[in-house]
Amino acid sequence: MSEPILTKRMVAHPSDSHTLSRYLDTGGYVGLRKALFDMTRDDVIAEVKASNMRGRGGAGFPTGVKWGFLAPATPRYLVVNCDESEPGTFNDRELTERDPHQLLEGIIISSYALGVQQAFVYIRGEYPKAARRLQRAADEAYEAGYLGTNIQGSDYSLELTIHLGGGAYICGEETALLNSLEGRRGEPRLKPPFPAVEGLYAKPTIVNNVESIANIPWIVENSGAAYAAIGPERSAGMKMVSVSGHVNKPGNYEIELGMTWRDFIFDIAGGIRDGLELKAWIPGGASAPWFVPDVHLDTPFTIDDVASNGSMLGAGAVIVMDENTNVVAAAHRLVYFFADESCGQCTPCREGTTWLADVLKRILDGRGRPEDIDLLLSISESISPGLKWPPMMTTICPLGPSAVSPVTSITRWFRPEIEAMIPGSEVSHG
Amino acid sequence: MTQAISHWSQASQDRASKILESYPEPRSAIMPLLYVASLEYEYVSLDAMTDVAELTGVTPAQVQSVATFYTMFKREKVGTYLVSVCTSISCYLMGADDVLEAVEEASGAIHGDTSPDGSFSVEHVECIGACGGAPAVQVNYELVEGITPDAGKKLIEWLRDTRPEVVLADEMQQLFGGQRSFDWGSTEPEGAIAPVPAFGPYGSAGTDS
Repeated sequence: MSEPILTKRMVAHPSDSHTLSRYLDTGGYVGLRKALFDMTRDDVIAEVKASNMRGRGGAGFPTGVKWGFLAPATPRYLVVNCDESEPGTFNDRELTERDPHQLLEGIIISSYALGVQQAFVYIRGEYPKAARRLQRAADEAYEAGYLGTNIQGSDYSLELTIHLGGGAYICGEETALLNSLEGRRGEPRLKPPFPAVEGLYAKPTIVNNVESIANIPWIVENSGAAYAAIGPERSAGMKMVSVSGHVNKPGNYEIELGMTWRDFIFDIAGGIRDGLELKAWIPGGASAPWFVPDVHLDTPFTIDDVASNGSMLGAGAVIVMDENTNVVAAAHRLVYFFADESCGQCTPCREGTTWLADVLKRILDGRGRPEDIDLLLSISESISPGLKWPPMMTTICPLGPSAVSPVTSITRWFRPEIEAMIPGSEVSHG
Repeated sequence: MTQAISHWSQASQDRASKILESYPEPRSAIMPLLYVASLEYEYVSLDAMTDVAELTGVTPAQVQSVATFYTMFKREKVGTYLVSVCTSISCYLMGADDVLEAVEEASGAIHGDTSPDGSFSVEHVECIGACGGAPAVQVNYELVEGITPDAGKKLIEWLRDTRPEVVLADEMQQLFGGQRSFDWGSTEPEGAIAPVPAFGPYGSAGTDS
């Protein structure tokens, strides 16, 4: 296992890892000086491309390639997505609260590389501490000449604005986030045009996740090749994984990908609490189709292996369920989330998520009908034809199809359990 | 500062102009200004939305369309302490429904409602990013992780008895919390002075002194 990159300082210096003095004492802003004084903008972009880092926000698109799409028009913007709201995910919160200067340095280097003069960090409203820590760090950085006019005596200048959200999961979707940052309802936009061409105020905009940006100082300092050398091919670098649910050691772990799920759940996460058996887990946040022990324990924990098994690593959130979990109740809770958070623009999502939640609820309440499993699948099919993963889309954004994942998961892996909850249903044990 | 908010406190007027300066287009300031306005009016009232519309050069209806989209802009007065109980998947798996019930019972307010004495509003909310410290609650958006139903009840009683002017996460965590999502590191000096996310530039953060 390689050494941690992002969590090193907060582990070594828990009392003051968020301060400028500790950051500078531990090699902070060295990458920024290197970028500003020894590298051209294109050199920095080349290193990020060479790192093979895939965006940490969920879609897994290579960050350097995304940067390459930025249209030449000015002004152009960098928007950092700290609207971390996928159930199960809490790693951006730790990175922002505990090491805000690392994120800032990543923002400044990235902005320099992208030719950006104004950057934004969109932080979810439920993370006021992260916002306060980052604002204090930004105030320190302005004072010390790492932000503002002529950074460290160079001819590069950058302004940073920290913006709080208002409690809407959908704003984690990059085009909804841009609408929200423009002072509009957080409704996703049709793509194309992609934000790199027409983003904030219809100007070229790069939207990157906190974890992606926080890796940039290390990549610039140590080279893209050094980053690419960590971990398996196509899952390069260290990954912050949030694990929650029925495990002995929930928390954030910065790991090299490639281990099996067995090793992750039973070694890293400490196994199932109270000596119970593992029933199922969600490998990549609420949106992802579930994995089950009989099939997936020896599957490697990489972006591509999870994808080829019909799910996704997403933002890196593992939710573990023990043998006593009522899978219908768990699925209902997940689907209810999406119904609650649907922005309402697209009919299949707005209506479909609510119907899925209602049908699951009546099964839970003992009022299920024998045809309800077929009904659940039929509604799901209307939101996401073919019920494949990655999903076919009938909607502008992936929120609706995400709500289908818990339904396809429980009907696929736990059908007899659902049938047993439905009065008059023929219980099959296939 | 514009005539539109001459009835706001000087501090809020100053904050509003700083916020407007920090965006290339004034419309972007709508959400931050709604937080500032809700400190002036105690909630996002129609007058608050009209003020923000004037400040940002849009119609009151456009501000209303924004305010109604987001759950954190409260369009009715809420209690002194807004208690948000996370009931999303990880908190649910760890017993959040029992925490919600205990909080509702102790506070005298059920989900979406305010207690008769105006002390508490209770809501169950979707994921607040505290899944490793599930189940979790927030008081005025300040976090307590690893809470039990009994600790939830005691948290409400403590708020009722001590009526803190500044709600501090570390203090609540120490008294009522358990398992955390991660090591919080050093104590955070600032907390919430109102049921609005505590953030210096919006005027909603305070320190305990």
